[in-house]
Amino acid sequence: MSEYNTRNYDEVSVGDKLEPLNIDITTGLIVSTALATRDYEPVHHDKGVAQSTGLPDVFMNILTSQSFMTRFATDWSGPEAVVKSLDIRLGAPNVPGMVMTVTGEITAKDDASGIVDVAIVGENNIWGMHMQGTVQLALPQGA
Amino acid sequence: MNEEQQQAFEDLIYSYVGKVVCQRMPAKDAVNEPMIRHWAEAIGDNNPAYSDPQWAADSQRGKMIAPPAMMYSWGQEGFPVVAQGRTPDAQSELVERFNENGFFGTLGTNVKQEYFKEVGIGDTVYMEMVVDNISEQKATGRGIGYFFETLATFSDQHGDPIGTQRFRVLKFIPPAEQAAASSSDNDEALEVPTRIASPRGHDNKWWWDACDEGKVLIQRCKNCQTLRHPPRPMCGECQSMEWDSIESTLAGEVLSFTELHHPKIPGYQYPLVCAVIKLAEGTNLVANVVGCEPEAVHIGMQLQGKVEQIDAKTMLPQFYPA
Repeated sequence: MSEYNTRNYDEVSVGDKLEPLNIDITTGLIVSTALATRDYEPVHHDKGVAQSTGLPDVFMNILTSQSFMTRFATDWSGPEAVVKSLDIRLGAPNVPGMVMTVTGEITAKDDASGIVDVAIVGENNIWGMHMQGTVQLALPQGA
Repeated sequence: MNEEQQQAFEDLIYSYVGKVVCQRMPAKDAVNEPMIRHWAEAIGDNNPAYSDPQWAADSQRGKMIAPPAMMYSWGQEGFPVVAQGRTPDAQSELVERFNENGFFGTLGTNVKQEYFKEVGIGDTVYMEMVVDNISEQKATGRGIGYFFETLATFSDQHGDPIGTQRFRVLKFIPPAEQAAASSSDNDEALEVPTRIASPRGHDNKWWWDACDEGKVLIQRCKNCQTLRHPPRPMCGECQSMEWDSIESTLAGEVLSFTELHHPKIPGYQYPLVCAVIKLAEGTNLVANVVGCEPEAVHIGMQLQGKVEQIDAKTMLPQFYPA
């Protein structure tokens, strides 16, 4: 179990920053993640349909953005953390050719529950804010 | 829509609040390792709680769990949506009511999920959903519209709550269908993209200010009368810092040009041709060539420019075939 460490609630401080993550947005990623989240809406795999909605190409589905939010939070916390909530505001679409940079910071701690708030922003290099929100994690407390 | 029509429309859409979108239904598949693995591979999530049975058995939980973010995925219909379309329900009917009244635009704006219980391999996720609320009419950056919110409630095969999901959608009249919507200070407002603002500094603000007035000026050295553009403090010929300006007639010719294809940037109209234009007065200016197919643009092409309002914030010279 030593290869996977989970952060203890007591060692986390408000203001701690998470290591940024860059995600290359490709058609393969958009299609694979859409299907892996069981989202078969044509705008996420059919370029012609996506273009008919006024966008240049297929774009990332919302369930995938949510998935990247929680992944980013638990990559930081370690696997014993329990995800309690996800609150996400959606911005500009992610389309192939972009790079989304995900950053995060601890913005609150609740001693009673051991829950920390991780504020997360995903910005793509062309259109800016793609997703912005908070993932709440319950971390192990005490020794 | 007049006041009376709007009242009737709102009575209609608000009648959907509380309507059931779907009754409590089990997902087609119980929570299982292959679907979790497909998700973990695509998302690049190496959390062993989702994928390493041995680690999971030794963990505090004592078992593998499904990624919480998959909660809604279990109940998704899958490929039949593509093949047959969605089965009509209260939500699709509500969307249809909006579309019928010109609110064609659809934008998912917020998702909020709460998780009460982690689900393990073999559990079945049940979902039920209602139309929870519809906002009053709002002026957003995308256009006039309404936010509606669905509330999905998830439970397992024992009826134990797993979590909830609130999904907020903006239905709006697309900008092409209405006069430019005024931006609002409502923090839910989405801004209509405009062109990148011109940088106005000490040495060039006067030029842009004149452009806002519909004029393209060319800087002129007061000492030797040499014209120069773009604006700068000193004459390159005689080093005088005394200057005034003349107004360009905006007659010009293409010296060089390019067509921008990708990435398409919001706020810019495509096709988009940018050209270096030699003005009749002798200085060069970079501007868009419009009013013809990009294929028609060529070096030496004669142009006539005029200053036009490009978007809510931007005045720019645009050049047309002469």
